[in-house]
Amino acid sequence: MPLSEDGVALPPAAAQTYQLRLYVAGQTPKSVLAFTNLKQICDKHLEGRYEIEIIDLVEHPQLASGDQILAIPTLVRRLPEPIKKIIGDLSNTERVLVGLDLRVRQ
Amino acid sequence: MGKHRGELAKTLTGIRGLDQITRGGLPKGRPTLVCGGPGSGKTLLAMTFIVNGIVQFDEPGVLMTFEENVEEIASDVASLGFDLPALIEQQKLAVDYVRVERSEIEETGEYDLEGLFVRLDHAIRSVGARRVVLDTIESLFAGLKNDTILRSELRRLFRWLKDQGVTAVITGERGDGLLTRQGLEEYVSDAVILLDHRTHDQVSTRRLRVVKYRGSYHGTNEYPFLIDADGISVLPVSSLALQHSAPLERVSSGIVWLDEMLSGQGYYRGSTILVSGTAGTGKTSLAVHFLDAACRRGERCLCFLFEESPQQLIRNMRSIGIDLEPWVRGGLLQFQADRPSRYGLETHLVTMYQTVADFKPTVTVIDPVTNLMTVGTYADVQAMLTRMIDHLKTERITAMLTSLTPGLTDLERTETTISSLMDTWIILANEQVDARHRRGLYVLKSRGMAHSNELREFGLTARGLTATDPANEPRLSPDAAPALSEGRDRHAVV
Repeated sequence: MPLSEDGVALPPAAAQTYQLRLYVAGQTPKSVLAFTNLKQICDKHLEGRYEIEIIDLVEHPQLASGDQILAIPTLVRRLPEPIKKIIGDLSNTERVLVGLDLRVRQ
Repeated sequence: MGKHRGELAKTLTGIRGLDQITRGGLPKGRPTLVCGGPGSGKTLLAMTFIVNGIVQFDEPGVLMTFEENVEEIASDVASLGFDLPALIEQQKLAVDYVRVERSEIEETGEYDLEGLFVRLDHAIRSVGARRVVLDTIESLFAGLKNDTILRSELRRLFRWLKDQGVTAVITGERGDGLLTRQGLEEYVSDAVILLDHRTHDQVSTRRLRVVKYRGSYHGTNEYPFLIDADGISVLPVSSLALQHSAPLERVSSGIVWLDEMLSGQGYYRGSTILVSGTAGTGKTSLAVHFLDAACRRGERCLCFLFEESPQQLIRNMRSIGIDLEPWVRGGLLQFQADRPSRYGLETHLVTMYQTVADFKPTVTVIDPVTNLMTVGTYADVQAMLTRMIDHLKTERITAMLTSLTPGLTDLERTETTISSLMDTWIILANEQVDARHRRGLYVLKSRGMAHSNELREFGLTARGLTATDPANEPRLSPDAAPALSEGRDRHAVV
Protein backbone atom coordinates (compact mmCIF):
# COMPACT_ATOMS: atom_id res chain seq x y z
CA MET A 1 0.00 0.00 0.00
CA PRO A 2 1.40 3.38 -1.00
CA LEU A 3 2.13 5.82 1.77
CA SER A 4 2.23 9.59 1.76
CA GLU A 5 5.45 11.37 2.78
CA ASP A 6 4.22 11.53 6.36
CA GLY A 7 3.53 7.82 6.35
CA VAL A 8 -0.28 7.81 5.99
CA ALA A 9 -1.85 5.06 3.90
CA LEU A 10 -3.11 6.24 0.49
CA PRO A 11 -5.55 4.66 -1.95
CA PRO A 12 -3.84 1.96 -4.06
CA ALA A 13 -4.29 4.16 -7.12
CA ALA A 14 -1.65 6.54 -5.83
CA ALA A 15 1.06 4.05 -6.78
CA GLN A 16 0.05 3.93 -10.46
CA THR A 17 1.13 6.04 -13.37
CA TYR A 18 -0.74 9.33 -13.51
CA GLN A 19 -2.29 10.43 -16.77
CA LEU A 20 -3.05 14.13 -16.45
CA ARG A 21 -4.69 16.64 -18.72
CA LEU A 22 -4.46 20.37 -18.25
CA TYR A 23 -7.13 22.37 -20.01
CA VAL A 24 -6.24 25.96 -20.84
CA ALA A 25 -7.63 28.63 -23.13
CA GLY A 26 -4.71 30.42 -24.72
CA GLN A 27 -1.50 31.41 -23.02
CA THR A 28 -2.99 33.33 -20.10
CA PRO A 29 -1.02 34.10 -16.94
CA LYS A 30 -3.31 31.78 -14.93
CA SER A 31 -2.68 28.92 -17.37
CA VAL A 32 1.06 29.42 -17.41
CA LEU A 33 1.08 29.55 -13.64
CA ALA A 34 -1.01 26.41 -13.41
CA PHE A 35 1.38 24.51 -15.68
CA THR A 36 4.42 25.67 -13.74
CA ASN A 37 2.81 24.64 -10.44
CA LEU A 38 1.72 21.31 -11.83
CA LYS A 39 5.14 20.49 -13.23
CA GLN A 40 6.77 21.21 -9.86
CA ILE A 41 4.29 19.09 -7.95
CA CYS A 42 4.62 16.18 -10.36
CA ASP A 43 8.40 16.27 -10.39
CA LYS A 44 8.44 16.18 -6.64
CA HIS A 45 5.67 13.67 -5.92
CA LEU A 46 5.23 11.59 -9.07
CA GLU A 47 8.70 11.46 -10.45
CA GLY A 48 8.90 9.22 -13.49
CA ARG A 49 5.28 8.10 -13.43
CA TYR A 50 3.23 10.90 -14.88
CA GLU A 51 2.16 12.23 -18.28
CA ILE A 52 0.79 15.74 -18.83
CA GLU A 53 -1.25 16.52 -21.90
CA ILE A 54 -2.10 20.17 -22.45
CA ILE A 55 -5.31 20.95 -24.31
CA ASP A 56 -5.81 24.49 -25.53
CA LEU A 57 -9.57 25.01 -25.95
CA VAL A 58 -9.01 28.05 -28.14
CA GLU A 59 -7.67 25.62 -30.72
CA HIS A 60 -9.91 22.66 -29.87
CA PRO A 61 -13.18 24.02 -28.50
CA GLN A 62 -14.97 20.77 -29.30
CA LEU A 63 -12.90 18.97 -26.63
CA ALA A 64 -14.39 20.99 -23.76
CA SER A 65 -17.64 19.10 -23.39
CA GLY A 66 -16.10 15.63 -23.24
CA ASP A 67 -14.44 16.20 -19.89
CA GLN A 68 -17.19 18.65 -18.81
CA ILE A 69 -14.79 21.57 -18.68
CA LEU A 70 -16.17 24.87 -17.40
CA ALA A 71 -13.42 26.45 -15.42
CA ILE A 72 -10.05 27.38 -16.81
CA PRO A 73 -7.54 26.15 -15.93
CA THR A 74 -8.82 22.65 -15.13
CA LEU A 75 -6.58 19.74 -14.35
CA VAL A 76 -8.14 16.35 -15.03
CA ARG A 77 -6.70 13.15 -13.61
CA ARG A 78 -7.67 10.61 -16.27
CA LEU A 79 -5.76 7.78 -14.63
CA PRO A 80 -5.76 6.30 -12.13
CA GLU A 81 -9.51 6.13 -11.93
CA PRO A 82 -11.81 7.61 -10.74
CA ILE A 83 -11.51 10.78 -12.79
CA LYS A 84 -10.71 13.80 -10.65
CA LYS A 85 -10.82 17.47 -11.45
CA ILE A 86 -8.90 20.28 -9.90
CA ILE A 87 -9.74 23.78 -11.02
CA GLY A 88 -7.70 26.91 -10.54
CA ASP A 89 -4.07 27.89 -10.94
CA LEU A 90 -2.93 25.03 -8.64
CA SER A 91 -1.20 27.51 -6.33
CA ASN A 92 -2.25 25.63 -3.22
CA THR A 93 0.02 22.58 -3.35
CA GLU A 94 -1.65 20.98 -0.36
CA ARG A 95 -5.04 20.95 -2.07
CA VAL A 96 -3.61 19.71 -5.34
CA LEU A 97 -2.03 16.77 -3.53
CA VAL A 98 -5.32 16.00 -1.79
CA GLY A 99 -7.14 16.31 -5.11
CA LEU A 100 -4.72 13.85 -6.72
CA ASP A 101 -5.03 11.43 -3.81
CA LEU A 102 -1.39 11.98 -2.94
CA ARG A 103 -2.26 13.25 0.47
CA VAL A 104 -5.10 12.39 2.81
CA ARG A 105 -7.58 15.19 3.43
CA GLN A 106 -6.92 16.64 6.88
CA MET B 1 -51.24 49.11 -31.42
CA GLY B 2 -48.45 50.71 -33.34
CA LYS B 3 -44.83 50.49 -32.46
CA HIS B 4 -43.88 53.15 -30.00
CA ARG B 5 -41.12 55.50 -30.89
CA GLY B 6 -37.76 54.51 -29.52
CA GLU B 7 -38.79 50.97 -28.64
CA LEU B 8 -36.11 48.33 -29.00
CA ALA B 9 -36.03 45.75 -31.72
CA LYS B 10 -37.76 42.57 -30.63
CA THR B 11 -37.65 38.87 -31.32
CA LEU B 12 -40.93 36.98 -31.57
CA THR B 13 -41.27 34.00 -29.27
CA GLY B 14 -44.11 32.50 -31.30
CA ILE B 15 -45.82 31.81 -27.97
CA ARG B 16 -49.46 32.68 -28.26
CA GLY B 17 -50.21 35.69 -26.09
CA LEU B 18 -46.69 36.39 -24.90
CA ASP B 19 -45.79 38.30 -28.04
CA GLN B 20 -48.88 40.45 -27.52
CA ILE B 21 -48.13 41.27 -23.89
CA THR B 22 -44.56 42.20 -24.76
CA ARG B 23 -45.68 44.04 -27.88
CA GLY B 24 -43.54 41.99 -30.20
CA GLY B 25 -41.49 39.54 -28.19
CA LEU B 26 -38.26 39.56 -26.22
CA PRO B 27 -35.56 42.20 -26.57
CA LYS B 28 -33.62 41.29 -29.67
CA GLY B 29 -29.96 40.49 -29.12
CA ARG B 30 -30.29 40.69 -25.35
CA PRO B 31 -30.79 38.29 -22.48
CA THR B 32 -34.17 37.84 -20.82
CA LEU B 33 -34.52 36.24 -17.41
CA VAL B 34 -37.41 33.82 -16.94
CA CYS B 35 -37.87 32.89 -13.30
CA GLY B 36 -40.32 30.81 -11.31
CA GLY B 37 -40.62 28.01 -8.80
CA PRO B 38 -40.25 24.32 -9.55
CA GLY B 39 -42.78 23.18 -12.12
CA SER B 40 -43.76 26.69 -13.10
CA GLY B 41 -43.00 26.10 -16.75
CA LYS B 42 -39.68 27.98 -17.14
CA THR B 43 -37.94 25.25 -19.05
CA LEU B 44 -40.93 24.70 -21.28
CA LEU B 45 -41.17 28.40 -22.07
CA ALA B 46 -37.47 28.49 -22.88
CA MET B 47 -37.69 25.36 -25.05
CA THR B 48 -40.68 26.73 -26.93
CA PHE B 49 -38.77 29.94 -27.58
CA ILE B 50 -35.91 27.92 -29.11
CA VAL B 51 -37.99 25.47 -31.12
CA ASN B 52 -40.36 28.16 -32.45
CA GLY B 53 -37.31 30.15 -33.42
CA ILE B 54 -36.08 27.30 -35.59
CA VAL B 55 -39.42 26.11 -36.95
CA GLN B 56 -41.28 29.39 -37.40
CA PHE B 57 -38.61 32.05 -37.81
CA ASP B 58 -35.67 30.18 -39.27
CA GLU B 59 -33.43 31.21 -36.40
CA PRO B 60 -31.16 28.37 -35.26
CA GLY B 61 -30.73 27.94 -31.55
CA VAL B 62 -28.44 26.72 -28.80
CA LEU B 63 -29.64 25.06 -25.66
CA MET B 64 -27.20 24.88 -22.81
CA THR B 65 -28.74 22.76 -20.12
CA PHE B 66 -27.41 22.39 -16.60
CA GLU B 67 -29.98 20.03 -15.12
CA GLU B 68 -31.06 17.46 -17.65
CA ASN B 69 -29.19 15.76 -20.43
CA VAL B 70 -30.17 15.87 -24.09
CA GLU B 71 -32.18 12.64 -23.97
CA GLU B 72 -34.15 13.72 -20.93
CA ILE B 73 -34.98 17.12 -22.38
CA ALA B 74 -35.90 15.61 -25.74
CA SER B 75 -38.32 13.15 -24.16
CA ASP B 76 -39.81 15.90 -21.93
CA VAL B 77 -40.83 17.98 -24.93
CA ALA B 78 -41.59 15.19 -27.41
CA SER B 79 -45.22 15.17 -26.27
CA LEU B 80 -45.53 18.76 -27.49
CA GLY B 81 -44.45 17.70 -30.94
CA PHE B 82 -40.93 19.05 -30.55
CA ASP B 83 -38.52 16.71 -32.28
CA LEU B 84 -35.19 17.76 -30.85
CA PRO B 85 -33.12 14.91 -32.37
CA ALA B 86 -34.37 15.91 -35.84
CA LEU B 87 -33.50 19.58 -35.26
CA ILE B 88 -30.05 18.57 -34.05
CA GLU B 89 -29.66 16.34 -37.10
CA GLN B 90 -30.59 19.25 -39.39
CA GLN B 91 -27.94 21.34 -37.62
CA LYS B 92 -30.54 23.89 -36.54
CA LEU B 93 -30.11 23.12 -32.88
CA ALA B 94 -27.08 22.51 -30.73
CA VAL B 95 -27.51 21.14 -27.23
CA ASP B 96 -24.75 21.11 -24.66
CA TYR B 97 -25.35 19.49 -21.32
CA VAL B 98 -23.15 21.05 -18.66
CA ARG B 99 -22.74 18.89 -15.60
CA VAL B 100 -20.98 20.13 -12.51
CA GLU B 101 -20.47 17.77 -9.65
CA ARG B 102 -19.11 19.49 -6.61
CA SER B 103 -17.78 16.30 -5.07
CA GLU B 104 -15.59 15.65 -8.12
CA ILE B 105 -14.01 19.07 -8.14
CA GLU B 106 -11.21 20.42 -6.03
CA GLU B 107 -10.70 24.17 -6.19
CA THR B 108 -7.30 25.73 -5.75
CA GLY B 109 -6.36 29.25 -6.67
CA GLU B 110 -7.66 31.56 -9.32
CA TYR B 111 -9.82 30.40 -12.21
CA ASP B 112 -12.41 31.71 -14.61
CA LEU B 113 -15.24 30.14 -16.59
CA GLU B 114 -13.60 30.47 -19.95
CA GLY B 115 -14.44 26.80 -20.60
CA LEU B 116 -18.13 27.67 -20.48
CA PHE B 117 -17.59 30.56 -22.88
CA VAL B 118 -15.65 28.31 -25.25
CA ARG B 119 -18.43 25.73 -25.25
CA LEU B 120 -21.16 28.28 -25.77
CA ASP B 121 -19.21 29.98 -28.51
CA HIS B 122 -18.53 26.66 -30.20
CA ALA B 123 -22.22 25.69 -30.04
CA ILE B 124 -23.36 29.07 -31.39
CA ARG B 125 -20.93 28.87 -34.30
CA SER B 126 -21.74 25.28 -35.11
CA VAL B 127 -25.36 26.10 -36.04
CA GLY B 128 -25.18 29.86 -36.61
CA ALA B 129 -27.46 30.39 -33.62
CA ARG B 130 -29.56 33.52 -33.20
CA ARG B 131 -31.23 32.29 -30.02
CA VAL B 132 -29.68 30.85 -26.86
CA VAL B 133 -31.20 29.27 -23.79
CA LEU B 134 -29.34 28.71 -20.53
CA ASP B 135 -31.37 26.40 -18.30
CA THR B 136 -30.72 26.79 -15.32
CA ILE B 137 -27.38 28.47 -14.99
CA GLU B 138 -27.83 28.91 -11.25
CA SER B 139 -26.98 25.24 -10.90
CA LEU B 140 -23.37 26.41 -11.15
CA PHE B 141 -23.66 27.82 -7.66
CA ALA B 142 -24.25 24.33 -6.34
CA GLY B 143 -21.26 22.96 -8.24
CA LEU B 144 -18.63 25.59 -7.58
CA LYS B 145 -17.58 27.03 -4.26
CA ASN B 146 -16.24 30.42 -5.19
CA ASP B 147 -19.29 32.68 -5.42
CA THR B 148 -17.21 35.76 -6.08
CA ILE B 149 -15.65 34.29 -9.20
CA LEU B 150 -19.00 32.89 -10.31
CA ARG B 151 -20.77 36.20 -10.00
CA SER B 152 -18.18 38.16 -11.86
CA GLU B 153 -18.09 35.48 -14.56
CA LEU B 154 -21.87 35.47 -14.93
CA ARG B 155 -21.79 39.23 -15.30
CA ARG B 156 -19.17 38.77 -18.01
CA LEU B 157 -21.21 35.99 -19.63
CA PHE B 158 -24.35 38.10 -19.97
CA ARG B 159 -22.33 40.96 -21.43
CA TRP B 160 -20.67 38.49 -23.79
CA LEU B 161 -24.07 37.18 -24.91
CA LYS B 162 -25.08 40.73 -25.78
CA ASP B 163 -21.87 41.18 -27.73
CA GLN B 164 -22.71 38.04 -29.72
CA GLY B 165 -26.04 39.63 -30.62
CA VAL B 166 -27.99 36.52 -29.70
CA THR B 167 -31.39 36.72 -28.08
CA ALA B 168 -31.06 34.72 -24.90
CA VAL B 169 -33.43 33.26 -22.35
CA ILE B 170 -31.89 32.52 -18.98
CA THR B 171 -34.00 30.59 -16.50
CA GLY B 172 -33.72 30.99 -12.77
CA GLU B 173 -35.26 29.35 -9.74
CA ARG B 174 -37.47 31.58 -7.62
CA GLY B 175 -35.73 32.55 -4.39
CA ASP B 176 -36.77 33.82 -0.96
CA GLY B 177 -37.56 37.49 -1.33
CA LEU B 178 -35.66 37.51 -4.60
CA LEU B 179 -36.81 36.76 -8.09
CA THR B 180 -34.06 34.17 -8.35
CA ARG B 181 -32.07 32.35 -5.70
CA GLN B 182 -28.81 33.95 -6.69
CA GLY B 183 -30.21 37.34 -7.56
CA LEU B 184 -29.58 36.92 -11.29
CA GLU B 185 -32.01 39.76 -11.89
CA GLU B 186 -29.15 42.01 -10.92
CA TYR B 187 -27.19 40.90 -13.97
CA VAL B 188 -29.92 40.41 -16.52
CA SER B 189 -31.48 43.80 -16.55
CA ASP B 190 -33.17 43.99 -19.92
CA ALA B 191 -36.25 41.91 -19.36
CA VAL B 192 -37.54 39.74 -16.54
CA ILE B 193 -40.53 37.42 -16.79
CA LEU B 194 -41.95 35.80 -13.69
CA LEU B 195 -43.93 32.56 -13.78
CA ASP B 196 -46.14 31.50 -10.94
CA HIS B 197 -48.08 28.37 -10.13
CA ARG B 198 -50.66 28.66 -7.38
CA THR B 199 -53.35 26.41 -6.06
CA HIS B 200 -56.53 27.82 -4.63
CA ASP B 201 -59.33 25.50 -3.51
CA GLN B 202 -57.56 22.62 -5.25
CA VAL B 203 -57.71 24.47 -8.54
CA SER B 204 -54.33 25.27 -9.94
CA THR B 205 -53.66 28.50 -11.69
CA ARG B 206 -50.61 29.43 -13.71
CA ARG B 207 -49.73 33.04 -14.19
CA LEU B 208 -47.13 35.01 -16.06
CA ARG B 209 -46.01 38.54 -15.38
CA VAL B 210 -43.54 40.75 -17.17
CA VAL B 211 -41.75 42.23 -14.19
CA LYS B 212 -39.40 44.37 -16.15
CA TYR B 213 -38.78 45.26 -19.76
CA ARG B 214 -36.28 47.99 -20.20
CA GLY B 215 -37.07 50.50 -22.91
CA SER B 216 -40.38 48.97 -23.82
CA TYR B 217 -44.01 49.30 -22.95
CA HIS B 218 -45.48 46.11 -21.59
CA GLY B 219 -48.51 44.92 -19.72
CA THR B 220 -47.80 44.76 -15.98
CA ASN B 221 -50.72 42.54 -15.05
CA GLU B 222 -50.53 38.89 -14.22
CA TYR B 223 -51.74 36.89 -17.17
CA PRO B 224 -53.07 33.38 -16.85
CA PHE B 225 -51.29 30.85 -18.96
CA LEU B 226 -51.82 27.28 -19.88
CA ILE B 227 -49.63 24.31 -20.59
CA ASP B 228 -51.42 21.71 -22.68
CA ALA B 229 -50.81 19.37 -25.58
CA ASP B 230 -50.16 22.36 -27.85
CA GLY B 231 -47.55 23.79 -25.51
CA ILE B 232 -47.62 27.02 -23.66
CA SER B 233 -50.08 29.82 -24.31
CA VAL B 234 -50.60 33.04 -22.42
CA LEU B 235 -53.93 34.68 -22.26
CA PRO B 236 -53.47 38.37 -22.84
CA VAL B 237 -55.93 41.10 -22.30
CA SER B 238 -56.54 41.66 -25.92
CA SER B 239 -56.16 45.37 -25.63
CA LEU B 240 -54.25 47.35 -23.07
CA ALA B 241 -56.40 50.34 -23.85
CA LEU B 242 -60.04 50.76 -24.72
CA GLN B 243 -59.68 50.65 -28.44
CA HIS B 244 -62.64 48.60 -29.52
CA SER B 245 -64.16 49.66 -32.77
CA ALA B 246 -67.81 50.64 -32.51
CA PRO B 247 -69.59 49.19 -35.51
CA LEU B 248 -72.93 50.72 -36.45
CA GLU B 249 -74.21 47.50 -37.96
CA ARG B 250 -77.09 45.88 -36.15
CA VAL B 251 -77.96 42.22 -35.71
CA SER B 252 -81.36 40.79 -34.96
CA SER B 253 -82.07 39.20 -31.60
CA GLY B 254 -84.11 36.64 -33.51
CA ILE B 255 -87.26 37.93 -31.82
CA VAL B 256 -89.23 40.56 -33.70
CA TRP B 257 -90.77 42.26 -30.70
CA LEU B 258 -87.44 42.35 -28.87
CA ASP B 259 -85.78 43.96 -31.88
CA GLU B 260 -88.54 46.55 -31.72
CA MET B 261 -87.70 47.26 -28.11
CA LEU B 262 -84.07 47.75 -29.18
CA SER B 263 -84.96 50.76 -31.33
CA GLY B 264 -86.35 48.46 -33.98
CA GLN B 265 -83.10 46.87 -35.16
CA GLY B 266 -81.72 44.56 -32.49
CA TYR B 267 -78.24 44.52 -30.93
CA TYR B 268 -75.14 46.24 -32.22
CA ARG B 269 -72.70 43.94 -33.94
CA GLY B 270 -69.69 43.30 -31.74
CA SER B 271 -71.54 44.32 -28.61
CA THR B 272 -71.90 42.26 -25.45
CA ILE B 273 -75.31 41.37 -24.11
CA LEU B 274 -76.08 40.16 -20.59
CA VAL B 275 -79.30 38.25 -20.06
CA SER B 276 -80.06 37.72 -16.40
CA GLY B 277 -82.91 36.19 -14.52
CA THR B 278 -83.89 33.52 -12.03
CA ALA B 279 -84.21 29.86 -12.94
CA GLY B 280 -86.72 29.06 -15.65
CA THR B 281 -87.25 32.58 -16.90
CA GLY B 282 -86.21 31.81 -20.46
CA LYS B 283 -82.60 32.97 -20.60
CA THR B 284 -81.39 30.04 -22.66
CA SER B 285 -84.40 30.31 -24.95
CA LEU B 286 -83.60 33.96 -25.59
CA ALA B 287 -80.01 33.02 -26.39
CA VAL B 288 -81.09 30.22 -28.69
CA HIS B 289 -83.30 32.61 -30.65
CA PHE B 290 -80.25 34.75 -31.15
CA LEU B 291 -78.13 31.77 -32.28
CA ASP B 292 -80.83 30.55 -34.65
CA ALA B 293 -81.19 33.98 -36.25
CA ALA B 294 -77.42 34.30 -36.68
CA CYS B 295 -77.20 30.88 -38.33
CA ARG B 296 -80.02 31.84 -40.66
CA ARG B 297 -77.89 34.80 -41.71
CA GLY B 298 -75.07 32.33 -42.37
CA GLU B 299 -72.95 33.49 -39.44
CA ARG B 300 -70.70 31.14 -37.51
CA CYS B 301 -71.84 30.69 -33.93
CA LEU B 302 -70.03 29.30 -30.94
CA CYS B 303 -71.93 28.33 -27.82
CA PHE B 304 -70.25 27.52 -24.50
CA LEU B 305 -72.47 25.43 -22.27
CA PHE B 306 -71.73 25.14 -18.57
CA GLU B 307 -74.96 23.51 -17.50
CA GLU B 308 -76.58 21.37 -20.18
CA SER B 309 -75.19 19.04 -22.76
CA PRO B 310 -75.66 20.04 -26.41
CA GLN B 311 -78.07 17.11 -26.86
CA GLN B 312 -80.23 18.26 -23.95
CA LEU B 313 -80.26 21.79 -25.24
CA ILE B 314 -81.19 20.77 -28.79
CA ARG B 315 -84.00 18.55 -27.49
CA ASN B 316 -85.36 21.20 -25.14
CA MET B 317 -85.33 23.91 -27.75
CA ARG B 318 -87.39 21.85 -30.16
CA SER B 319 -90.23 22.41 -27.69
CA ILE B 320 -90.15 26.11 -28.51
CA GLY B 321 -89.97 25.39 -32.21
CA ILE B 322 -86.25 25.88 -32.75
CA ASP B 323 -84.20 23.09 -34.27
CA LEU B 324 -80.50 23.75 -33.94
CA GLU B 325 -79.36 20.40 -35.20
CA PRO B 326 -79.17 21.37 -38.91
CA TRP B 327 -76.89 24.28 -38.01
CA VAL B 328 -74.61 21.96 -36.05
CA ARG B 329 -74.53 19.46 -38.92
CA GLY B 330 -73.88 22.25 -41.41
CA GLY B 331 -70.91 23.42 -39.36
CA LEU B 332 -72.30 26.89 -38.63
CA LEU B 333 -72.96 26.19 -34.97
CA GLN B 334 -70.49 24.65 -32.59
CA PHE B 335 -71.15 23.69 -28.99
CA GLN B 336 -68.46 23.49 -26.38
CA ALA B 337 -69.85 21.91 -23.25
CA ASP B 338 -67.82 21.60 -20.08
CA ARG B 339 -68.41 21.18 -16.44
CA PRO B 340 -67.02 24.31 -14.77
CA SER B 341 -65.29 22.30 -12.05
CA ARG B 342 -63.34 20.32 -14.58
CA TYR B 343 -60.55 22.81 -14.87
CA GLY B 344 -59.14 25.84 -13.19
CA LEU B 345 -60.27 29.24 -14.32
CA GLU B 346 -57.25 29.98 -16.41
CA THR B 347 -57.74 26.72 -18.27
CA HIS B 348 -61.32 27.65 -19.04
CA LEU B 349 -60.22 31.04 -20.17
CA VAL B 350 -57.46 29.79 -22.40
CA THR B 351 -59.58 26.95 -23.77
CA MET B 352 -62.37 29.37 -24.62
CA TYR B 353 -59.89 31.74 -26.15
CA GLN B 354 -58.40 28.98 -28.29
CA THR B 355 -61.80 27.67 -29.34
CA VAL B 356 -62.74 31.17 -30.45
CA ALA B 357 -59.45 31.51 -32.30
CA ASP B 358 -59.93 28.16 -34.02
CA PHE B 359 -63.63 28.38 -34.91
CA LYS B 360 -63.68 32.11 -35.73
CA PRO B 361 -67.29 32.77 -34.82
CA THR B 362 -69.08 36.10 -35.28
CA VAL B 363 -71.56 35.24 -32.53
CA THR B 364 -70.72 33.64 -29.19
CA VAL B 365 -73.00 32.60 -26.34
CA ILE B 366 -71.90 31.65 -22.83
CA ASP B 367 -74.66 29.84 -20.94
CA PRO B 368 -74.66 30.41 -18.06
CA VAL B 369 -71.66 32.51 -17.20
CA THR B 370 -72.55 32.35 -13.50
CA ASN B 371 -71.63 28.66 -13.34
CA LEU B 372 -68.01 29.69 -13.66
CA MET B 373 -68.36 31.41 -10.29
CA THR B 374 -67.84 28.09 -8.59
CA VAL B 375 -64.37 27.69 -10.01
CA GLY B 376 -62.40 30.59 -8.65
CA THR B 377 -62.40 33.48 -6.28
CA TYR B 378 -64.63 36.40 -7.00
CA ALA B 379 -61.74 38.62 -8.12
CA ASP B 380 -60.33 35.91 -10.38
CA VAL B 381 -63.63 35.28 -12.10
CA GLN B 382 -64.17 38.96 -12.58
CA ALA B 383 -60.72 39.34 -14.09
CA MET B 384 -61.27 36.35 -16.32
CA LEU B 385 -64.60 37.57 -17.63
CA THR B 386 -63.21 41.01 -18.21
CA ARG B 387 -60.48 39.51 -20.37
CA MET B 388 -62.82 37.23 -22.24
CA ILE B 389 -65.32 39.97 -22.98
CA ASP B 390 -62.57 42.35 -23.90
CA HIS B 391 -61.18 39.80 -26.32
CA LEU B 392 -64.56 39.13 -27.92
CA LYS B 393 -65.10 42.85 -28.37
CA THR B 394 -61.74 43.29 -29.97
CA GLU B 395 -62.56 40.49 -32.40
CA ARG B 396 -65.93 42.16 -33.12
CA ILE B 397 -67.75 39.08 -31.93
CA THR B 398 -71.28 39.71 -30.75
CA ALA B 399 -71.49 37.94 -27.40
CA MET B 400 -74.42 36.97 -25.24
CA LEU B 401 -73.87 35.90 -21.66
CA THR B 402 -76.65 34.47 -19.58
CA SER B 403 -76.60 34.91 -15.85
CA LEU B 404 -78.57 33.02 -13.28
CA THR B 405 -79.93 35.21 -10.51
CA PRO B 406 -80.63 33.20 -7.36
CA GLY B 407 -84.23 33.66 -6.26
CA LEU B 408 -85.76 37.08 -6.05
CA THR B 409 -82.90 38.40 -4.01
CA ASP B 410 -80.43 41.03 -4.97
CA LEU B 411 -78.80 40.60 -8.36
CA GLU B 412 -75.65 38.57 -8.43
CA ARG B 413 -72.52 40.46 -7.57
CA THR B 414 -70.83 39.46 -10.81
CA GLU B 415 -73.56 41.04 -12.78
CA THR B 416 -72.98 44.37 -11.19
CA THR B 417 -69.23 44.18 -11.68
CA ILE B 418 -69.28 43.02 -15.26
CA SER B 419 -72.26 45.18 -16.12
CA SER B 420 -70.00 48.06 -17.02
CA LEU B 421 -68.59 45.87 -19.80
CA MET B 422 -72.07 45.12 -21.07
CA ASP B 423 -73.60 47.11 -23.84
CA THR B 424 -77.03 45.66 -23.40
CA TRP B 425 -78.54 44.22 -20.25
CA ILE B 426 -81.81 42.33 -20.43
CA ILE B 427 -83.60 41.13 -17.31
CA LEU B 428 -86.09 38.30 -17.31
CA ALA B 429 -88.45 37.41 -14.48
CA ASN B 430 -91.31 35.14 -13.53
CA GLU B 431 -94.22 35.87 -11.33
CA GLN B 432 -97.37 34.16 -10.23
CA VAL B 433 -100.53 36.08 -10.97
CA ASP B 434 -103.91 34.47 -10.46
CA ALA B 435 -102.36 30.98 -10.34
CA ARG B 436 -100.68 31.65 -13.68
CA HIS B 437 -97.03 31.74 -14.45
CA ARG B 438 -96.27 34.99 -16.19
CA ARG B 439 -93.04 36.05 -17.78
CA GLY B 440 -91.67 39.52 -18.19
CA LEU B 441 -88.71 41.07 -19.99
CA TYR B 442 -87.13 44.41 -19.47
CA VAL B 443 -84.22 46.14 -21.22
CA LEU B 444 -82.28 47.58 -18.31
CA LYS B 445 -79.79 49.30 -20.53
CA SER B 446 -78.66 49.30 -24.11
CA ARG B 447 -75.93 51.69 -24.98
CA GLY B 448 -76.11 53.86 -28.04
CA MET B 449 -79.76 53.31 -28.84
CA ALA B 450 -83.12 54.59 -27.79
CA HIS B 451 -84.35 51.33 -26.28
CA SER B 452 -87.76 50.71 -24.87
CA ASN B 453 -88.23 51.16 -21.14
CA GLU B 454 -91.28 49.02 -21.26
CA LEU B 455 -91.78 45.89 -19.23
CA ARG B 456 -92.91 43.35 -21.80
CA GLU B 457 -94.81 40.26 -20.95
CA PHE B 458 -94.18 37.25 -23.10
CA GLY B 459 -94.96 33.58 -23.34
CA LEU B 460 -92.78 30.56 -24.09
CA THR B 461 -94.72 28.81 -26.81
CA ALA B 462 -94.17 26.29 -29.55
CA ARG B 463 -93.21 29.29 -31.68
CA GLY B 464 -90.64 30.53 -29.21
CA LEU B 465 -90.75 33.68 -27.15
CA THR B 466 -93.92 35.38 -28.21
CA ALA B 467 -95.06 38.74 -26.95
CA THR B 468 -98.35 38.77 -25.16
CA ASP B 469 -100.59 41.35 -26.74
CA PRO B 470 -100.69 44.15 -24.18
CA ALA B 471 -104.21 45.11 -25.25
CA ASN B 472 -105.65 41.77 -24.20
CA GLU B 473 -103.79 41.24 -20.98
CA PRO B 474 -103.68 43.17 -17.80
CA ARG B 475 -100.29 44.86 -17.45
CA LEU B 476 -97.93 43.59 -14.84
CA SER B 477 -98.04 45.79 -11.84
CA PRO B 478 -94.72 46.97 -10.41
CA ASP B 479 -95.82 45.67 -6.99
CA ALA B 480 -96.34 42.22 -8.36
CA ALA B 481 -92.99 42.07 -10.05
CA PRO B 482 -90.37 42.67 -7.40
CA ALA B 483 -87.42 41.45 -9.45
CA LEU B 484 -88.37 43.63 -12.33
CA SER B 485 -89.06 46.70 -10.31
CA GLU B 486 -85.77 46.15 -8.58
CA GLY B 487 -84.22 46.21 -11.99
CA ARG B 488 -85.91 49.53 -12.60
CA ASP B 489 -84.59 50.94 -9.36
CA ARG B 490 -81.10 49.84 -10.21
CA HIS B 491 -81.26 51.58 -13.51
CA ALA B 492 -80.40 54.81 -11.80
CA VAL B 493 -77.10 53.52 -10.47
CA VAL B 494 -75.87 51.53 -13.45
